[in-house]
Amino acid sequence: MQQDFLTILIFMLFGGAFVLLNMVAIGRLLRAKTKYTEQKSTTYECGEPTFGSAFVRFNIRFYVLALVFVIFDVEVVFLFPWAVVLKDMGMLALVEAAVFIVVLGVGLAYVWKKGDIDWIPLHDERQVGARAQLGDLDLAAPTPSSPSSVPEPVGAGSEG
Amino acid sequence: MSLNDLFGQIPGWGEYVPSFVQMLIIAFVPALLVVLAVLTPVGIMGVYAERRWSAFMQDRLGPNRVGLPIWFDGWQRDYTGKPWYIKLWGLGQGIADGVKLLGKEDFVPPGGDAFLFLSAPLVVFAGALGIFAALPMSDGLIAADVNVGVFYILAVGAVEIIGVLMAGWASNNKWSLLGAMREVAQVVAYEIPMAMTALCPVILVGSLQMTEIIAFQQGGLNMWGIDVVGPELAQWGLGWNLWRAFPVNVVAMVIFYICVLANLKRAPFDLPEAESELVSGFLTEYSGMRWSLFFLAEYGAMFALSGITATLFLGGWGSGPVFGALSLVPVETIDLGVGMLKWTTVAGIAEFSWKTVLLMLLMINIRWTLPRLRIDQVMSLCYKYFVPFAMGCILLNGLAAVMGS
Repeated sequence: MQQDFLTILIFMLFGGAFVLLNMVAIGRLLRAKTKYTEQKSTTYECGEPTFGSAFVRFNIRFYVLALVFVIFDVEVVFLFPWAVVLKDMGMLALVEAAVFIVVLGVGLAYVWKKGDIDWIPLHDERQVGARAQLGDLDLAAPTPSSPSSVPEPVGAGSEG
Repeated sequence: MSLNDLFGQIPGWGEYVPSFVQMLIIAFVPALLVVLAVLTPVGIMGVYAERRWSAFMQDRLGPNRVGLPIWFDGWQRDYTGKPWYIKLWGLGQGIADGVKLLGKEDFVPPGGDAFLFLSAPLVVFAGALGIFAALPMSDGLIAADVNVGVFYILAVGAVEIIGVLMAGWASNNKWSLLGAMREVAQVVAYEIPMAMTALCPVILVGSLQMTEIIAFQQGGLNMWGIDVVGPELAQWGLGWNLWRAFPVNVVAMVIFYICVLANLKRAPFDLPEAESELVSGFLTEYSGMRWSLFFLAEYGAMFALSGITATLFLGGWGSGPVFGALSLVPVETIDLGVGMLKWTTVAGIAEFSWKTVLLMLLMINIRWTLPRLRIDQVMSLCYKYFVPFAMGCILLNGLAAVMGS
């Protein structure tokens, strides 16, 4: 056991050391000497001069998805020890896990109904235009109301 | 044959070498072997296979000329002379590209975070190599047979996300940051059905250890409480976890394999790179060798996770057509000439290789067949289809395990 985890540690350290060996030792010897220039160091962005910081504010959806992930990942972590002992425990353990999974299934159904796992939420009226663009909405059908002009944070996905 | 026994043959090993140094050497040798004998060849062959296969599918030639040059006529004056070379049908392209990339400038974008930018490939590479530590490649060819094998693989497979987020954040580039955030959202989401479907074989075996999962699949097949296949036929591959709880684990394997594709961010799940919209995603500001190390790590992880898929569902090195065919001849009596080399090790390498390479080629084929998904499609595929199906797979496998035991 001790040997196994030492091996894993050495594997991961060696992975890092391999990168350093390539970049610092061999790479530095083979690499051409380069000069720092103002032009070269500009950010690559469509050829236009960039404006603003690259550390932009993010769409709230990424955080919602991260929260949903945490819930289900905890479920999976709880299921691992159950899976190992199920054959010894028999029917009782299976029924208990079934109850556990069904409870989380209800949670999934709630998140689903609420629209949090849709990239563009169903009930967000500002997003009607974006949904139509993606082909999720029938344009011929009457839309709830006109999309307002509130700007979207970067990373909304409508650029995708 | 373990490394412990092998090193024990060295005279004075037990007496003069301190036990901690022994442990360090036994840990270091497989790491070195994996990088030199598995990871680097897999990277070179993987890139070659990818380029040749895509060229074939697009009616082009692809790299088919580069060999290993030995000498150039007129070497002294310039490099334009006629080369004398070993023909490798283009396989030398990977080596040539590697040497070229080593000579490229190592650019660090000003305004970003230089430390995070420089150490991001380190984290990604360490994560990819971490999977290899628990990858059973043949009888005895597993570096660390930990008792939490499957759990460890899933945990260490997620280390890569940290490196990608570091790369995207430190680049001081909006393309990079967008790519990295997409990567995190996607990989984190697909972690859930991946872990759930990896549980399906674990439920049937009753252990997380890789060697026990393989040994279990060498045994007879019990389907829903009825013994269908005995151990003699099982070594032909009829005892694979794929056939257990019959239709359920086929679904589980398909889900697991697609989640592996999403975790490796290969097409159709390559939104983090998405060259037509995000330039090159989180790799936009990377150049030279530092850039190509991300790719070496990706091909390494492709190989390792294909191997894990083969181990969980397709019997790993332990059972399949190779072992079935060898059971027809008196193979135990054949002397390999090398005292410590078992015939199962040799047969196991062949068995493991064909499965893993086939799964890898399937990944390459999928990449050049399907168009990229949209981010909303990626998310709904995961949460609306895979998670409910994976939940069902777990419960049905549990039922099969309870009925079988």
